[in-house]
Amino acid sequence: MIRIDSVTKRYPDGTVAVDRLSLEIPDRSITVLVGPSGCGKTTTLRMINRMVEPTEGTILLDGEDVQRQPVTALRRSMGYVIQNAGLFQHRTIADNIATVPRLLGWGKRRARERAAELMERVGLDASLAGRYPYQLSGGQQQRVGVARALAADPPVLLMDEPFSAVDPVVRKGLQDELLRIQDELGKTIVFVTHDIDEAVKLGTMVAVLREGGRLAQYAPPAELLSDPADAFVEDFLGADRGIRRLSFFTSDALELTTDAVIPADAPAERLAAAEAPYLLVTDAEGRPLGWRERGSDGGRLLSHGRPFRPGTDSLRAALDCAVLSPTGWAVAVDADGRVTGVVSQQTIGEAIRAAHSRAEPDPDPDPARGEDEKVAG
Amino acid sequence: MNVLNFVQAFFGDSAHWHGYDGIPSRFLEHVRYTLLALAAAAAIGLPVGLLTGHTGRGGNAIAVVANAARALPSFGLLVLSVLLIGFGLLPVMIPLVVLAVPPILVTTYEAVRTVDPAPVDAARGMGMGESRILFRVEVPVALPLILSGLRSAAVQIVSTATIAAYVSLGGLGRYVIDGLYQRDYEKVVGGATLVAVLALITLALFWAVGRFAVSPGVRRR
Repeated sequence: MIRIDSVTKRYPDGTVAVDRLSLEIPDRSITVLVGPSGCGKTTTLRMINRMVEPTEGTILLDGEDVQRQPVTALRRSMGYVIQNAGLFQHRTIADNIATVPRLLGWGKRRARERAAELMERVGLDASLAGRYPYQLSGGQQQRVGVARALAADPPVLLMDEPFSAVDPVVRKGLQDELLRIQDELGKTIVFVTHDIDEAVKLGTMVAVLREGGRLAQYAPPAELLSDPADAFVEDFLGADRGIRRLSFFTSDALELTTDAVIPADAPAERLAAAEAPYLLVTDAEGRPLGWRERGSDGGRLLSHGRPFRPGTDSLRAALDCAVLSPTGWAVAVDADGRVTGVVSQQTIGEAIRAAHSRAEPDPDPDPARGEDEKVAG
Repeated sequence: MNVLNFVQAFFGDSAHWHGYDGIPSRFLEHVRYTLLALAAAAAIGLPVGLLTGHTGRGGNAIAVVANAARALPSFGLLVLSVLLIGFGLLPVMIPLVVLAVPPILVTTYEAVRTVDPAPVDAARGMGMGESRILFRVEVPVALPLILSGLRSAAVQIVSTATIAAYVSLGGLGRYVIDGLYQRDYEKVVGGATLVAVLALITLALFWAVGRFAVSPGVRRR
């Protein structure tokens, strides 16, 4: 465990970058430091591997003061990933990844084998081993950066805005990859970002810092979204935190109905007998084709929007489907894309209220509803 | 063309290819002066440039010294050193080294200072020591620029080393100075041509070293 104990960093000109910060960073989980620029998040990270020395306070790594440890040995025991990857452009991808193993005195062959292993782990094609960084895309370079940090199998990984410089699609891929790698390896990761969405997505614990390097709140992301400590945190979380919080609620309790689902080759009586204003038409395999308005001739179907998968997707995804659907109904599908039922906005709304009251056993449900209305308006 | 005739006459004369005043021995003398002066200038300019470039300190002092050194006329410096030291190789080396240090020093400093700070930060964060950062991270990336500093210093030494002949030493300047004195313009043009050829050879050599020593990842080819 990393323990940051009332640490202050004051520069000679009097600027205080970090102000009496205390944090306990749990093992084998991702702890995110997030905040606006100038909040001291990077300085805090850099004090853990002594790239910056604290003015006051101590940082303990497994109970030992990092300042008492030889600086190079300390740094070699922690993976370090920075924005834009910071690859060595004169070295091949394999040699970049093998940097720390080589520093630790591994043989060339063993280091190269390790590099190949890591390229596979971070999803890089083996054929890139002999390339140079300039021949790779930004996303690939960042994967190399992560592989390089993991090369000597350090228990701790320090990541300083690693995904900030890549485009949103690539960033999402890298984030998913990091979560997958973390599932496999269980490192203690300290992750700095200014992007609250990234913090909420990746963090087991999220520390929100404010200007002047003071801790505003330290909590799991769901708690951060439901109970921001003060106006600063609330503001930093943004206007749609109510919607975002739905990511933490599962959609598997949603009550689906199949009354309004009909196959394309259904007999006319069934169509006539249906009561719902819209009917979801499916193909022979049960995949959705589109919505048919009751009474229309069925020549033109309305788009069914993007379906969600109950259990896998969150309530946020379900609500999004319903909001985007022209009929106000969300379509649920199984892993193969076959329709398992449909659900209305009203039903999703009820599920949200139920989830809220489960999450906070507050006797008065009104504040939660008030929040939803505020978000909706 | 007069000049071409001179060149033809000079190189066609077999007497110019033999003996202590022959083209091979003068050429080698010139190469020797150049290598000596370049080695001395590099021994001063490279370490200082690498160190100041790595730490980022001392840039202003370097600019001042370099500009002052550039303002010194090589010929004046040669006469002064001969007056102070007497005849010999040393007084010739002084102006050549003074001439060559600034381009080496300034480009090396700039080359190392302007290396992308991200890989340097990454290297430090991974536990590389400072000298390893300098030689394994910064220098390989700064190498093309460092070589260009050495190259321009070398070319300047090649052309300026002709003044050695003025104080009774050898080298290709011998032909130029003797030729002027004897009004033998064949000799003057021949000597000047040889200096130009040596300068071109120097450029070619540096090009080859660059191809060989600079990583394809830095050359981007």
